[in-house]
Amino acid sequence: MGSLYAIYRKEMGHYFVSPIAYIFIGLFLILTAFFFNVILSEVIKQSFQMEMQGMRFGAPSDFDVPAAVMRNFFGILSTLVLFFTPILTMSVYAEERKRGTMELLMTSPVSELEIVLGKYLASLSLFALMLLPTASYMIFMCLRSDPRPPWSMLAAGYAGVLLLGGSLLALGSFVSSLTENQLIAAVITFAASLFIWVLDIGRSTDSGGGAVLQYLSVIRHYEDFTRGVIDTSNLIYYASFIVLFVFLTVRSVDSMRWRRA
Amino acid sequence: MIEVQDLTKSYGSVTAVDHVSFTVNKGEILGFLGPNGAGKTTTMRILTGYMPATSGTARVAGFDVFRESMEVRRRIGYLPENPPLYPDMTVETYLDFVARIKNVPAERRPARIDDALRKTNLEDRRSELIKRLSRGYKQRVGIAQALVHDPDVIILDEPTVGLDPKQIIEVRNLIKGLAGNHTIILSTHILPEVSMTCDRVVIINKGKIAAVDTPQNLTSQLKGGQKIHIETEAPEKLLRDVLSQIPGASRVVIEPARAGSRQTVTVEAAQGNDIRSQVAAKIVEHGWPLYELHGVSLSLEDIFLELTTDDAAHAQSSS
Repeated sequence: MGSLYAIYRKEMGHYFVSPIAYIFIGLFLILTAFFFNVILSEVIKQSFQMEMQGMRFGAPSDFDVPAAVMRNFFGILSTLVLFFTPILTMSVYAEERKRGTMELLMTSPVSELEIVLGKYLASLSLFALMLLPTASYMIFMCLRSDPRPPWSMLAAGYAGVLLLGGSLLALGSFVSSLTENQLIAAVITFAASLFIWVLDIGRSTDSGGGAVLQYLSVIRHYEDFTRGVIDTSNLIYYASFIVLFVFLTVRSVDSMRWRRA
Repeated sequence: MIEVQDLTKSYGSVTAVDHVSFTVNKGEILGFLGPNGAGKTTTMRILTGYMPATSGTARVAGFDVFRESMEVRRRIGYLPENPPLYPDMTVETYLDFVARIKNVPAERRPARIDDALRKTNLEDRRSELIKRLSRGYKQRVGIAQALVHDPDVIILDEPTVGLDPKQIIEVRNLIKGLAGNHTIILSTHILPEVSMTCDRVVIINKGKIAAVDTPQNLTSQLKGGQKIHIETEAPEKLLRDVLSQIPGASRVVIEPARAGSRQTVTVEAAQGNDIRSQVAAKIVEHGWPLYELHGVSLSLEDIFLELTTDDAAHAQSSS
């Protein structure tokens, strides 16, 4: 436990002593703020049109602005996650191997699981810190809406982003443990993430295989969260995804001993 | 403290370490000497638990390096070929991190870090970023890292590489100071280093052990013959004739004068014949000035070359 914490601390120190954390958090903030602005004005415009149409036909509009903004905003967040996570994880093991510090970790009384979990939790923490400021936009919007949408909706959305991001970080860490080259790690992680993303194109096919592919897609399980629904099956999907890739990373780190160094 | 039995490591068809056996006693400094690619690093990596052996066993403090790896790792301090440093950390935070992953209890950590800094003369650099340090200082941080948890066994892979002569002397003294409380294995391809710091030497070449002994024994054992170095002024042909006639002299090499008319002469004699007095007498007899005369003992360097080239020649003839 002590070693896991030591590795976690070291990783966090690495993020915050170097410009990495600031660049990530800053850029993510700029992009999300921009998208929030665009989405909010678009949705409000749309709601006015609905209102006008409603008045013309005499039926009251029941357009839910906060829900629409949230759905769109969390949709955009998921796309940003796809681009940010490969860069976040590319150096996790690749750099350590290149510098020769893997030799220090692997000759210390630290288990592979402690190394992998320490690093994974650190990348997840940085990811959560990236997301944190964006909650202020949502909270601001919710406070100004009448009637106020339930907080559980917001919580579900963020739970979804964390799980989605957590899954892609686990995948990225695994890829990083396979290569010494950071660029290769980033490209492969991005391609693999994109692939399990678009598996959900199988949506249109009604065959049994299509349904399986649909189930495997990471983004498919995300949509319920953006609507404020926390479904156990989605939780299980993401949890299994993360556990699988953490396990594979442990095996991969262990196998470094057996490969020619 | 360390027992290695028939250790073998192959990478595919290449055998990096071939049935190596040796033991190291508690408090001893063992030198691993060999040309680059001889298998020094591989042997050390197996001992530290970084990689498993193909066959054979190695035990450190009674624990098997593969099956009881965690126990071994707790007792070993290891400096790999390239010091495993995090450039973004300060010296002190780095040592604190290493102390944590080596399971040094919190209350002992500050004292252990101070001790490692003091031993490696890094006290005034403790809050400097590692990336701003020079090569020599980085190497010292690497050594401090291997000491910070006060391990029973310290394994140093080429500890003096990249240091200037003054720092090399400091590091050698540091290593000598550590012996007694710690058992040390160090590898090097610099020969004087071994004779200066080590109690025993393992000469390894092409994955096989060529010799294991104390530096003194190796030197005397392989002395073979005697060499005498003379500086004089004489007609070359006559000098050669006179010296060759001395009973026991086997070979006379005369180097022509570099400056002035002094010549440097090397006379080799068979083992057991001390011909120094005879040489001196002959030269004086002919009225030549004798500026210098001293016996040259075969250095570890000669032994090393003899052992490793012999082996290479042997390997070539057999293949």
